[in-house]
Formats: sequence, C-alpha cells, structure tokens
Amino acid sequence: MKVMTLNFLTCAVKNCKSSNDSFPLHPKEAELAKDDIEINPQLLINVLPRIDWAALRTTSTELGFPTLPEQPPSPEDLQSDEALLKELHELLMETQMMEGKLVCGHCGHEYAVKNGVANFLLPSHLV
Amino acid sequence: MLPTPDTSHVPYNRVYEPAEDSFLLLDTLSSPSETAFLSSRFCSTSPSSPSPPNFGAPLVLEVGPGSGVVIAFLTAHASTIFGTPHVLTTAIDVSPFACAATNLTVRKAVSEAEAEAEAENPSTSGQWTSAIQGDLVSPLRPGSVDVLVFNPPYVPTPGLPAPPPAPLQELRDKTTFEEDSHLLELTYAGGKDGMETTDRLIDALPGVLSERGVAYILLCAQNKPEDVKGRIRSMGTGTGEGEGWKAETVGTSGKQAGWEKLQIVRVWR
Repeated sequence: MKVMTLNFLTCAVKNCKSSNDSFPLHPKEAELAKDDIEINPQLLINVLPRIDWAALRTTSTELGFPTLPEQPPSPEDLQSDEALLKELHELLMETQMMEGKLVCGHCGHEYAVKNGVANFLLPSHLV
Repeated sequence: MLPTPDTSHVPYNRVYEPAEDSFLLLDTLSSPSETAFLSSRFCSTSPSSPSPPNFGAPLVLEVGPGSGVVIAFLTAHASTIFGTPHVLTTAIDVSPFACAATNLTVRKAVSEAEAEAEAENPSTSGQWTSAIQGDLVSPLRPGSVDVLVFNPPYVPTPGLPAPPPAPLQELRDKTTFEEDSHLLELTYAGGKDGMETTDRLIDALPGVLSERGVAYILLCAQNKPEDVKGRIRSMGTGTGEGEGWKAETVGTSGKQAGWEKLQIVRVWR
C-alpha cells in the first residue's frame, strides 16, 4: 500500500467520520518497502493539489521521513527545489507500507496491514 | 481495441471470474462517448489555458473489483480513457483473495502497457495505490472519490450472505469448499431485487464523491433500472443548492429480453 493512500483513508467507524482526530490514521509498527520508480515532476505537480498537506506532514514525520515544510510547495517551488521533489517522490510514489497497523486517533481502533493490504472490515459490534 | 488485462493467476474457485458484466464495463468505459466525457471532466489542463482551476489528479475507485480486471484496465489505459496518465487508482473489496488478485492484475497490466508504449511515450498508465480490504466506501474520506466503478452483487436472492468472518479475512493457501462458496456468494447475491448492496452504495454516493465526481454502476433488468435511476435523480445534492443528480444509461448488453440483460448507469451532478 502506497503511503499516499493514507491521505484518503479514514476510520471506518461511522461516528469517527466527523471527528478531526480520525484523519490521518497513525501508522504503528510499520514495515516499509521501497519501489524504484522514475521521478515524474509533472505527475507530482498534478497530485499535489489533491493532497491534504497537514495530514501528509503528520504521516511523513510518523514514518520517520524528513519534516516537510509547513506550507505546500507551489508548482514553481517544486520545479526549482530538487531536494523537495525527490523527498515527495520517495514518500508518495515509492514508499509502500507492507505490514503493521493503522490506528484511529479518535476511537483507538487498530486496522491491520498485511502483505501490503489494510483491512478495514469492522468487528460486528463496531458496524 | 485496448487489450484486456491478464487474470490467469486469479483463483476462480473463490474470486469472481471476469464475465459479461465485467466486459460490458470495459467496453462502456473505453467507448468514444465515455472517454470524451471523462477527458473533458478530468483533463481540463490544456496548454492554451495556463492556469485552469486545478483540483489535482482524479482518484479512481473500483468497489468490489474481484479479479481486478476492470480497475487494471482503467489504470493501464488511463491516458486513453481519462485523457491523462495523471490519475490515482484504488479498489476496495471485502475478500482478501480479491485484494491480492487485484494488486497482481493491476501490476501485470501496467507493466504490459508500459512495455507496449515504451517506444513513443513512457507513461500512459495511471498510478496504482493498492487494493484495500473493506465494506463499500467505508474506509474513505468524505468527498475523496472522482470516479467510482461498481459491478455489484446484483442477482436477486432470498437474503444476503454474512460478511466474511475473521478467519476468512486473511489470505490463506487452503480454504474449505464451504468457505469458497461463501466468498463466491458474496460476489453475486444481491438480496431483495438484487439491490440490497447497491442501495447502500447509492446512499453513500453523495458523501464519498467529490464535486466533480461520477459513478458507473452496473444493473441487471431485475434490479428495476428505471426505478433506480428515478431514485438517484431525486437524491439531495448534499449542498442544498446547485444542480441535482443525473442518472443515465450509457452502456447495455444482451438486447433480447433475457433475465440478465445488463446496463451501465452513469451517475453525476
């Protein structure tokens, strides 16, 4: 599961949807893998507008990646800042979470990640 | 014609095998009218207009991908279908076997398409993120999906099968005949009018689709498609103002009055 996926996943428990604490989910005991993908600046520029930057900063820090700048870069920033471009490419496109857990900051429910697939099926008492 | 993704690795004893319904989705989504619609909606960035409103790369989701043949097709041929390779694709399925099969089907289809295209253009495929195990769209943030594709369990049945119990939520080499039957039942059994699961998905559309979001839902004749479209058109917009929901049939198969005459309904606002 690409780390980018965490930017559009939230807790599956209905009552958590309205809480700010349910997003982003917090990786725990994460085992990461890295795909080798050719860097594509135009793709990153097009992906960036749909990224929740504050959530991505949180995810980046929690996975032990460098701290991202406070404000999202503009397309011009990205084109001129090769280091940041590389960092974002590695984090969003190349990094996969293979094993571990995703924890909801609101209800504390832990979703298991196995073989790169996160399981969001809820036990019957939470449905 | 665009090549159909290879699904020869998929265990059909517990994952739905691509069939007429899957192929109707492939044909419809790659038809000239739908690619024109999708391209105009999601690829507004033309060189002549330097700063159009940029919502970013669309997120394409298939719910219940099974073998993954449809989402692999959409990912591998993103440039042809959406007018841009800059799309993100994902899928959600209750079955761990379907999730694993889908991940592999997409990866195979993308590397095949890339190998084919290498000479002229290295990136005609979209970006696959991963299959996610879950119930319909429940793991997704509100308003996050731009294109949703659903080939539901649409066969009318006396009841709905139970969701997979914990032991069936994990990948295993060996499953019993009963477990395989349960997983296959989940792929087709639709309950009353074959609509119980589809109705839940339709109810979730206003919440999960983005402002520019569009859904493609497959229905069979017994689902009472005209009633379904009427119900969608009368849904609230969620924003109170603005345009309401539209629902139109954009693809059909089985012209004779068979009980499984299929159609694809496009839903958007």
